[in-house]
Amino acid sequence: MLDAILAGLSGMMAGFNFLFQHGLPNVIMLLVGGTLLYLGVKKEVEPLLLVPIGFGCVLVNIPMSELGEAGGLLKLLYDMGIANELFPLLIFVGIGAMIDFAPLLENPKILLFGAAGQFGIFLTLLIALALGFPALEAVSIAVIGACDGPTAIYVASQYAPQLLAPISVAAYSYMALVPIIQPPIMRVLTTPAERVVRMGAIKRSVSPQTKLLFPIVVTLVTGLLAPKGLPLMGTIMLGNFMRECGVVARLTKASENEIANVVTLFLGLAIGGTMEGHAFLKPETMAIFGMGFIAICLDTVAGVLFGKLMCKLSGGKINPLIGAAGISAYPMAARVVHQEGLRADKRNYLLMHAAGANTGGQIGSVVAAAVMLSVLKGMGLI
Amino acid sequence: MEMDKWTFGFTLMIVGMGGTFLTVWVLALVINLLKKIYPLASDSGEKKNA
Repeated sequence: MLDAILAGLSGMMAGFNFLFQHGLPNVIMLLVGGTLLYLGVKKEVEPLLLVPIGFGCVLVNIPMSELGEAGGLLKLLYDMGIANELFPLLIFVGIGAMIDFAPLLENPKILLFGAAGQFGIFLTLLIALALGFPALEAVSIAVIGACDGPTAIYVASQYAPQLLAPISVAAYSYMALVPIIQPPIMRVLTTPAERVVRMGAIKRSVSPQTKLLFPIVVTLVTGLLAPKGLPLMGTIMLGNFMRECGVVARLTKASENEIANVVTLFLGLAIGGTMEGHAFLKPETMAIFGMGFIAICLDTVAGVLFGKLMCKLSGGKINPLIGAAGISAYPMAARVVHQEGLRADKRNYLLMHAAGANTGGQIGSVVAAAVMLSVLKGMGLI
Repeated sequence: MEMDKWTFGFTLMIVGMGGTFLTVWVLALVINLLKKIYPLASDSGEKKNA
């Protein structure tokens, strides 16, 4: 009887025993999970993602919980929606349903900012290769520079699933830090005269037919040029087509609300579930966080420099600051540009122009990832 | 295809960045074409207001 009681009690103490004996990584990750929860709740840094990620991180690092192992809840969510890329694609349907591409359609050449803002991806790729990461891991790390969480998750889950946790946490963390990372770079790279360039009001010139055909045309063009990225572009454009066609309001609302919310919860928990201490705490993780930061800085540098070029080419009609909005991170980057414009000139309203560049960045980031995947396919690497 | 990491990196950078610019440039052209084919009816805003 006494033996049975002691055996039962030892079962209850197993978790503590594990923590004391070889649980330092778990303790550290419990603190990391707590920090993510703090940032999400108290600082409101991407709370919709950091709260479930943080909680998932806490859950998976409680010893003996087995939530992250085969049959456990977090592993189940991972297998259901990340291992097969379902969750990021469903989120893209919601994003497409939320985005109004009108500011971009009013001034299509602004779409080029969305390409320039992806330059950091490719420079980060070189850095990752220089640090010794294998080709597909380097590509997955570089895509953090797309400043687009679902794209980063989509690529990493296919080609570097072992790095999914640090890549996705870095991608979302740095997206949330865009208002802190971008302004100093924008100020260093532009002159006071450039920052006060006024772009005027956007003249309404887009017909409903153009708005309706836009998602179909984008799907066809990008699908033909970079078919490996079609799941990404196809889902985002499906959401946008539903928004613009106006006859499936229920589906549009479900995509941007219920589906996006449920999937975000599952996605966050599943990512948190991959942050088990012994697997997460490696030198590679710190390197990935460092490269993610560099990628977003380089994106901003390239975007602003391209803005300066466009300013010169247009005879001073384009404010170079809007180049910083070409990095996706929708809609935060557009707001940052608007704020910087107002800081230089209290009557300079750049929001709509920045929103156009920012939606261009959303397209550009997906195009860049799609092109990369298609080139890799052409090289026979995937 | 066998290649060293720098050949791989620079190839992906040149083709990737070039391909990205090419794709968005084609998209910008197509959007302009769409706008020409389906121009905004000048009175659509007025009708809405009325």
